[in-house]
Amino acid sequence: MSKKEVLSFPHLGDYYIPIKFLLSHISDYEVKEAPPITKKTIELGTKYSPDFVCVPFKYNLGNFIETLDNGASILFQAGGGCRYGYYPEVQEKILKDLGYDFKMMTIGESGIINFKSLKNVVKKLGHCGMTKALYYTFLSVLMVRFMDKVDVYIRKNIGFEVKKNSFLELKKEMLQEFSKCKGYFSLFKTYRKYMKLFKKLKVDKPKNCLRVGIIGELYTSMEPYASYFLEMELANMNIEVTRFTNVTYLLYQKKLQEKKMLRKIKNYCKYTLGADGMDNVYRSKYLIDKGFDGIIHIKPFGCTPEIGAIPIIRKVCSEAGMPIIFFSFDSQTSETGIKTRLEAFYDMLKIRKGD
Amino acid sequence: MQAYLGVDIGSISTKGVIINDSNEILAESYIWTKGNPIEAVKQLIDNLKSQVDPKDLRIVGIGTTGSARKLVGTMLGANVVKNEITAHAVGTLSLYPDVRTIFEIGGQDSKIILIENGVVVDYAMNTLCAAGTGAFLSSQAARLGVDVENFGSIALTSKNPTKIAARCTVFAESDLVHKAQMGYRKEDIIAGLCNSVVSNYLNNVGKGKKIKTPIIFQGGVSKNIGVKKAFEEEVGSEVIVDKNGHLMGALGVAILSKNALNKTDFNFSVSEDNFETKGVECKGCPNRCEIICVSRNDQMIDAWGNRCSKGDLLSKQNRGL
Repeated sequence: MSKKEVLSFPHLGDYYIPIKFLLSHISDYEVKEAPPITKKTIELGTKYSPDFVCVPFKYNLGNFIETLDNGASILFQAGGGCRYGYYPEVQEKILKDLGYDFKMMTIGESGIINFKSLKNVVKKLGHCGMTKALYYTFLSVLMVRFMDKVDVYIRKNIGFEVKKNSFLELKKEMLQEFSKCKGYFSLFKTYRKYMKLFKKLKVDKPKNCLRVGIIGELYTSMEPYASYFLEMELANMNIEVTRFTNVTYLLYQKKLQEKKMLRKIKNYCKYTLGADGMDNVYRSKYLIDKGFDGIIHIKPFGCTPEIGAIPIIRKVCSEAGMPIIFFSFDSQTSETGIKTRLEAFYDMLKIRKGD
Repeated sequence: MQAYLGVDIGSISTKGVIINDSNEILAESYIWTKGNPIEAVKQLIDNLKSQVDPKDLRIVGIGTTGSARKLVGTMLGANVVKNEITAHAVGTLSLYPDVRTIFEIGGQDSKIILIENGVVVDYAMNTLCAAGTGAFLSSQAARLGVDVENFGSIALTSKNPTKIAARCTVFAESDLVHKAQMGYRKEDIIAGLCNSVVSNYLNNVGKGKKIKTPIIFQGGVSKNIGVKKAFEEEVGSEVIVDKNGHLMGALGVAILSKNALNKTDFNFSVSEDNFETKGVECKGCPNRCEIICVSRNDQMIDAWGNRCSKGDLLSKQNRGL
């Protein structure tokens, strides 16, 4: 048998685990995620990207170049409701111009992911039957759901862990076990086991700790490297973090909640703003109503849906006297600049709270 | 007597004060950073030392702020290292408890701080661009062949300030050249520049903020009376410039170090020690973190810039690796 072709895909936080899990079960290829994101990744991506494109494009492109250099010959890319929808075509063109020989595969070519588009993708991936494909798709979605549930717990508590790194170490262990799970039952058992272990980890959390919500664009929210590890930074300041965007949300919760969200913010928005723009207006209102101490809005430089949402969010927050800070990330963002502003934001929240 | 030292190391100038328990300034110094924060701080310490009797004084708190706060904080053994925004707010509030708005324009950055009942409620800082800051003004002064110190008084003589594009430094510069070649008078151009700094500030940093009086204007650019006048015309009310406006950050961080629980001991001889910094590229992974090592008399005292434990040079040294 000749050597199997290698299928690869770009990074998004820890989600490479369920993606790899799914693809390796339903495709005929060897599946390998792109090498971890480093400074070299973003340097490569920036070098070959149009200067004004949003930063996730640069990260993805960097991922692709590194994984192609590592021997991948089939690339997998998704698409979405904003400029993201053009990523696969443009990236394919750039990489082909660079002289790489590969095949680009996309899911949701028409911008929507449904049974038909899924069937198309499965067919392209190999000989896997539809029943098996659906079995593993739902299993992976469930894995994502469990990961996100654990993450919510981690975000609330990691800033107060007694033993340093205890949360992250346990999470690493859990993800290892997830990637080896056999089926629904073993996945569920692993999840239950680790959730218990997480709850047993010692935390020293004061009752009136600072609570901050992160809203904004999806890639910078989910890929810690792209936001310069903003959540870790907040955890080090002993802040409880709430973040809304995760893959579970994007896969189905968003659709289910859209009408409700629009109704709740009808004074501010009459229709959606593209991508997660409207969702973020709703979230800022939600965070205000729930008595959070501050909001952090993050986006890549030049993210059009969020640029449309910012004036509305500003209005919502200024009417309620809610502190909010906006960060715009690009490949050249100064880390010191972000730290200074974040520190000042923290001081302000603390003084407001009367500590 | 117990005293506290506050040092504010900005991109252009380095400021330092020594205060006593009742926040009175015992010694102050204001010098240029000249791109070398370590030397600037040594000179600053010497200047401060000459103004007080070191035997009479025990410095038990040191605070640093400004863009080189971390480096200088390590160097001096500071017990408080704070960002500029908090430091400025605390310093200004100690002198003007009822202030509502602080305008600050420094060499590299500009910020606005809004205060309600003595508490910072909102702030904004310029985006990462030097448009409308002191660096812009001084480069334009050089282009016009005028000392930046005289900029304000020249601007005041103008009767008909010309309009200069304020959005971006590069645009402003080409606009300025164009206006000069068209034959506009120098004082009109200078006054136009002052106005453009103000409109840039209010449109970018002050965007969407409710500016309430009393307003205090500080930072290096506040010494420029042309800009102060332009602010007053634009805002429509008096703008206060304190004679110690440039020291507010240093004063604020000195007060913060006074209020901090942990105390430190300080020796003026620090200005005789030999400090060196060294940039090292970690080769542990493709991230290639740039690590800055600070050493005092050839002994490393701190290192930072690493993202993971592979680049933790300080603990590696301490373990003898």
